Amino acid sequence: MSLSATDVLARPEEGSGAPARPARRRRLPDLRRWISPIALLVLWQLASSTGVLSPDQLSSPWTVLQAGVDTARSGELGEAFAVSIARVGLGFAFGAGVALVLGVIAGLSRWGGFLIDPPVQMLRTLPFLGLIPLFILWFGIGEEPKIVLVALGVTFPLYLNIHSGIRNVDDHLVEATTALGYTRWERLIHVVLPSAVPQTLVGLRQSLGVAWLALIVGETVNADAGLGYLINNAREFLRTDVIVVGLIVYAALGLLTDAVVRLIERRALRWRGN
Amino acid sequence: MARELIARVHGLTKRFGDRAVLSDVDTEIGRGEFVALLGRSGSGKSTLLRILAGLDSAIEGEARVDGAVSVAFQQPRLLPWRRVWRNVVLGLRDRGRDRTLAERALAEVRLADHADAWPRTLSGGEAQRVSLARALVREPDLLLLDEPFGALDALTRLAMHRLVEDLWTEHRPGVLLVTHDVDEALLLADRVLVLGEGRIIAEHVLDHPRPRALSDHIDIRARVLADLGVTDHAIA
Repeated sequence: MSLSATDVLARPEEGSGAPARPARRRRLPDLRRWISPIALLVLWQLASSTGVLSPDQLSSPWTVLQAGVDTARSGELGEAFAVSIARVGLGFAFGAGVALVLGVIAGLSRWGGFLIDPPVQMLRTLPFLGLIPLFILWFGIGEEPKIVLVALGVTFPLYLNIHSGIRNVDDHLVEATTALGYTRWERLIHVVLPSAVPQTLVGLRQSLGVAWLALIVGETVNADAGLGYLINNAREFLRTDVIVVGLIVYAALGLLTDAVVRLIERRALRWRGN
Repeated sequence: MARELIARVHGLTKRFGDRAVLSDVDTEIGRGEFVALLGRSGSGKSTLLRILAGLDSAIEGEARVDGAVSVAFQQPRLLPWRRVWRNVVLGLRDRGRDRTLAERALAEVRLADHADAWPRTLSGGEAQRVSLARALVREPDLLLLDEPFGALDALTRLAMHRLVEDLWTEHRPGVLLVTHDVDEALLLADRVLVLGEGRIIAEHVLDHPRPRALSDHIDIRARVLADLGVTDHAIA
């Protein structure tokens, strides 16, 4: 993984929805961008040390760091981490699979579009996080509702982008390869799907963002393992330091998956240039 | 001896709804012959080319090509996610990764050093030359050119005329050049067909040796312009 925290700070986020351009990595991150984050951290530490901020509300950065080390050493954090990652991984794989199949069929076939697109468009207007009560009724409070929630969150943005990516293929390119003797199948492989890649990657980033959000909501509502459990458990004992550790890990995981997609984009969209 | 035909069009009619874009067209193209098809916009000339390219099969009558066909369109239509050399060999099945072949074809259109470039980085004229290389590398018996110089600036267009003539001399495919540029047709073609309202309304044989100058077929130029409905008075 080549993305460091420095990179994240040094690079302003590109506009959402716009196809992400492979960002140029700077050799020397601009250190001036570190001034205010560090100042805020110092302020936070000062507020805690002087008692302005009570540990019951928010622990000091130093205590948080210690809690991080402690939970990591005891194996608690690692275990929670693994459980949560597995939930997102499973949910994402499931949701992405469904999105891919539906998106490709709806994008390629007229009847597929007629039959698949309307229900998907209707369902996506449902606030999927509001489905939690139903999911608990259907799947109980085990792993399933969390995984289904993540899968559902992933499916819609990815489907929409794959579908429109395929629909927006340049007909001129399709025709040019037809004139070169390409069969329908070859056109699909060499023209239609490659031309849908940029849009699909936009969908991938959106859906990964939603995946983490869905996981956090799902785990916070109810969990007996994972980062959400760690956080909820800490709440019982007023351990704000452990809560913050959990939040930081969530954030780091979100950044990490985003960085992975950026890396994929950088490789897959080289032809677009910087 | 009868000349060998590479394409034969007989009684060809093409309708879009009620409107006949081509009606009862007869023509043929000989092996190695350079034919230019002139016509105003909407005269059906691109439709005829698309039919010969096999892109439109809903026709009445006959349109037959004996041999391999390649097309170069007005826009280069390169796959932007393939490097230039991969675009060149796009139409070669078994040799679709034959870089040597691609480089040889690129050298012919004077782009040997652009093999690894992405299409995005090419100028309009360069991209059009890649498109030509892609068409020629298939060693077509019939090369269909659909206003391939129409989107280029005037200077690039002149260079392209010379290039196409050289390539044709070298490879000798039959060529059907669809264009609305009379001078272009008179410079390059052995024979000019004029299409009007879905029919071939005139045909002129050009026998001046190559390379030609614009003044070489000045007499035919006036007649072609008249065929197209442009009088001397109107262009003076």
